[in-house]
Amino acid sequence: MPADQDNFEAVVQAKRTEAVAEFDTRKKGPLDKLQHALHVNPALVPLFVLVASIIAFGLLLGSKFFSPFALTLILQQVQIVGIVAAAQSVVILTAGIDLSVGAIMVLSSVVMGQFTFRYGLPVEIAIVCGLLTGMICGYINGWLIAVMKLPPFIVTLGMWQIVLATNFLYSANETIRAQEIEANAPLLQVFATKFSVGGAIFTVGVIFMVVLMLVLAYILKHTAWGRHVYAVGDDPEAAQLSGVNVKRTLISVYVLSGLICAFAGWALIGRIGSVSPTSGQLANIESITAVVIGGISLFGGRGSILGALFGALIVGVFTLGLRLAGADAQWTFLLIGVLIIGAVAVDQWIRKVSA
Amino acid sequence: MKRLLTGTALALMTTSGAAFAGGHGVSACLITKTDTNPFFVKMREGAEAAAEANNITLRSYAGKVDGDHETQVAAIETCIADGASGILLTASDTSSIVGAVTQAREAGLLVIALDTPLEPIDAADATFATDNFLAGELIGQWAAATLGDDAANAKIGMLDLAVSQPSVGVLRDQGFLQGFGIDLGDPNKWGDEDDPRIVGNDITAGNEEGGRRAMENLLAVDPMINVVYTINEPAAAGAYEALKSIGRENDVLIVSVDGGCPGVQNVADGVIGATSQQYPLLMASKGIEAIASFAADGTLPANTPGKDFFDTGVALVTDRPADGVDSISVAEGMDLCWG
Repeated sequence: MPADQDNFEAVVQAKRTEAVAEFDTRKKGPLDKLQHALHVNPALVPLFVLVASIIAFGLLLGSKFFSPFALTLILQQVQIVGIVAAAQSVVILTAGIDLSVGAIMVLSSVVMGQFTFRYGLPVEIAIVCGLLTGMICGYINGWLIAVMKLPPFIVTLGMWQIVLATNFLYSANETIRAQEIEANAPLLQVFATKFSVGGAIFTVGVIFMVVLMLVLAYILKHTAWGRHVYAVGDDPEAAQLSGVNVKRTLISVYVLSGLICAFAGWALIGRIGSVSPTSGQLANIESITAVVIGGISLFGGRGSILGALFGALIVGVFTLGLRLAGADAQWTFLLIGVLIIGAVAVDQWIRKVSA
Repeated sequence: MKRLLTGTALALMTTSGAAFAGGHGVSACLITKTDTNPFFVKMREGAEAAAEANNITLRSYAGKVDGDHETQVAAIETCIADGASGILLTASDTSSIVGAVTQAREAGLLVIALDTPLEPIDAADATFATDNFLAGELIGQWAAATLGDDAANAKIGMLDLAVSQPSVGVLRDQGFLQGFGIDLGDPNKWGDEDDPRIVGNDITAGNEEGGRRAMENLLAVDPMINVVYTINEPAAAGAYEALKSIGRENDVLIVSVDGGCPGVQNVADGVIGATSQQYPLLMASKGIEAIASFAADGTLPANTPGKDFFDTGVALVTDRPADGVDSISVAEGMDLCWG
């Protein structure tokens, strides 16, 4: 069959008419496009919920809620949880969890205060010691998780108790009063410094929270270290095989988390004026709530840190909005519970889309 | 590791040996909610001093955190096994602990509730505590007297403890309102009053952070609040920070309850207008004395006439005394403060 030999492609061309295997392109309805868009930009859902809830409470309550005072008040009320949520996000992106964030925050603030007032150290050195305390706690967490291969939940559950007990034993639960700090070590309250932009009042703490989120978002998306964090969270073995130093990445993540918590402790002094060992007891749960509502997957490797900021703000909007509407405080908790479950359900739905 | 375990076992044996050796005299137990809160630290100091004076062996136990019920039950069982004559108890869970307390009383121990009454209050042989309603009433009367005619147009913010409305928070809140001259509605709960002078209630968890947040929430409802009741002094300090951030710290009257040293210092600095001071040291030392006389001849402690507990007293601390309201000065308050 010489003709066929010359024209050997004809067979293939003929076969091509019947489909062998192809991607199913039928389902490209608006819902699928939405699912895909959310998969690419996981912070869109919390952003939408945030904007919608602000509009809803604005319509419901009018100028009482839609005033510069109320809206900037929300920022001030979420600043501590927001900063801690940044630390929590980085950890959760590695498929870990940090239950000790609140305890590390409080211990760091107590170290800053006690080193200044009990030992008479210059306030700058005391602050550095406080920041180091946070990093050391984070390093212990990271070492136990990365090197000893203990589960993050267990390690940080233990460290939560250890750090909190250390905090109470060391401080003897004594409060350092705002007036003493103001007179002798005003640098400790620097995060409370106010400035006004067109009637709205911002504090250094609020600006710090927003800048921290933006910087972390950039680092996580555009640096090698940031991509490694996502890779470790998605599949540590694959990351290892691709040449990522998983141990070092994990330890660095927990050290960073500890450092951010220590900054949160510094901001906490600005927020409440005094150094109080009983503060921040619920910061771990509140930060996980913000992260989950913010659409960051608890299974690691997916989500945007900006989502955690939106998550914290959503909680703040609901808390203040419901209080202004005169609702019982329990309704806030109930609605936040609904939001948490809703956020995880959306996360599972988005997961079904193929990358 | 093995050596460590052996060491621990040896240490345990020697300490329990010492305990047995000391067991021939009268012994008593002090069980507090935690051993970190300055209030309970002061309580333990009072108990230790009184125990030494009465030649009583004192053992102290504490929960790990406020609300740690199991550790307190285990401590009561240890005291029964130890043959103690009596127990001084500040219960974390006032109703669940009753079973263990009954067990101790049946074993012949005198059980005295300190600071926190049990539910029901007669589950203990006696209760030595602050009259929290009176503590609230004093600051209410003081606030009304200080405002004078303006009390009729006051805008009041109420910073309470928790949504579960534990009795100490309800008593102080309702006492304050009664003292201020506001109709209480149901005196067993706060938040049901319909007097227009009350701007709102919010909860603080009794710390600075909660105090600031709650104050901000109420200021968002009405920025012209001019009287603030607070459950305790840390919450008051937080409320002050919120007021300071909008520049209203000098035209708002803050009142509180507790009498801790930082709180009394805040009265001196004008952060708090007046606070009702309670006396944990006295509760503990009176409690030890009661156990001593019970061990000697079986005498049971008597209640303060007209009350179902022994009132260890409360005093209003302020440097701006008001007509018709008894008070002590900040200097006197500093001498008696705890923490």
